Amino acid sequence: MTLEPTPSQTVGPFFHDALLAADWTRLMDPDHPSAVHISGTVCDGEGEPVPDAMLEIWQADPEGRFARSGDEFSGFGRCGTDAEGRFEFVTVKPGPVLGPDGGSQAPHIAVSVFARGLLKRLVTRIYFPEEEAANADDPVLASVEDPDLRDTLVARARDGGYVFDVHLQGQRQTVFFDV
Amino acid sequence: MSEERTMRQNDGIIGYQRDHESQPPYLYPAYKSTRLRAPDRPLVILPHTLSEVTGPAFGHGKVGPLDNDLTRQHDGEPLGERIIVSGRVLDGDGRPVRNSLIEVWQANAAGRYTHHADRHPAPLDPNFSGAGRCLTDGDGRYRFVTVKPGAYPWKNHDNAWRPAHIHFSLFGPAFAARLVTQMYFPGDPLFDQDPIFQSVNDSKARERMISRFDLETTEPEWALAYNFDIVLRGRESTPMENHR
Repeated sequence: MTLEPTPSQTVGPFFHDALLAADWTRLMDPDHPSAVHISGTVCDGEGEPVPDAMLEIWQADPEGRFARSGDEFSGFGRCGTDAEGRFEFVTVKPGPVLGPDGGSQAPHIAVSVFARGLLKRLVTRIYFPEEEAANADDPVLASVEDPDLRDTLVARARDGGYVFDVHLQGQRQTVFFDV
Repeated sequence: MSEERTMRQNDGIIGYQRDHESQPPYLYPAYKSTRLRAPDRPLVILPHTLSEVTGPAFGHGKVGPLDNDLTRQHDGEPLGERIIVSGRVLDGDGRPVRNSLIEVWQANAAGRYTHHADRHPAPLDPNFSGAGRCLTDGDGRYRFVTVKPGAYPWKNHDNAWRPAHIHFSLFGPAFAARLVTQMYFPGDPLFDQDPIFQSVNDSKARERMISRFDLETTEPEWALAYNFDIVLRGRESTPMENHR
């Protein structure tokens, strides 16, 4: 039996009370020695902040394992943007993840972006700037040929944490994936 | 991840089917908010890796026993037409999606959200917040009790009104299967002028967003019922070829 999928529709502007009722921005206790802050801004095609977006992240733990039900580290986070378009997660840096053919993928975080005006989610990835060697060997990064575009997938180090801005449109547009 | 899963990973990943025909585009100019938010570069094809075929699991601890009844979250009952919305979450192969989190939100019977940014001058209902959630059961079934949402105006174009709808958020079994959609009601006269509904080009696909009046599930002297089955992407039949 083959069934056709249900179409996507926008999350709209009124999701906050339902989807952000629980605080899912902290995957790790901020006081934990391995906690890292990842923050950024979502901007539209005119460079204006998007105050009604929502980001979700999905990632492996520091050993490169994805959580299963009941695991202490859930690997999942969700954060709405504020009036300045900003979001922030507190998490741990993931380890390298098994890749195709028994190879390995550089540490990365999968990201979904939802917003009014997005009829379906956007998907991107956060990579880490200090992982130069692993990033150079990463098959997904390698699939983005233009180095300037590839750089939109790599967070910047700042104040002991990371900054990852999302540009929905325009010259500085973030690379988004067809998943 | 168990050793067994590690081994299977090395043997090649079974990815999720891509589906472009059913899905709306990013840029749909009639829906004005897409104009500055739709990406203008083509998307990069991402072969599915472990990151895309795994996904968060939400246990029963996250969902309270009354979270699926939007009519019992306050001291009194909300105004409006009480309805039961139920159905199954299936994958593209017709298999039930089990123990999967569904989140819903909607306007009240007058077409007003509790949200601070909703300026529609229709009454708020002190007995209705309009948010709920549940986990699908072992057969992929879910059930909500709520009131039928009202249509409401928005500023997209002159005299623009959204057809009555309930927002649905679904996780399914994997990051690749994540879906946010809207459930509509049969026969709504506002479909033709709603660019969000019309952004789905294929008419058969649009119909899959419309619930079905469900006489069997109605409860006499108490509530009408609508059925809404949701189909998430199915798995590929063979491991990805372009996996390197």
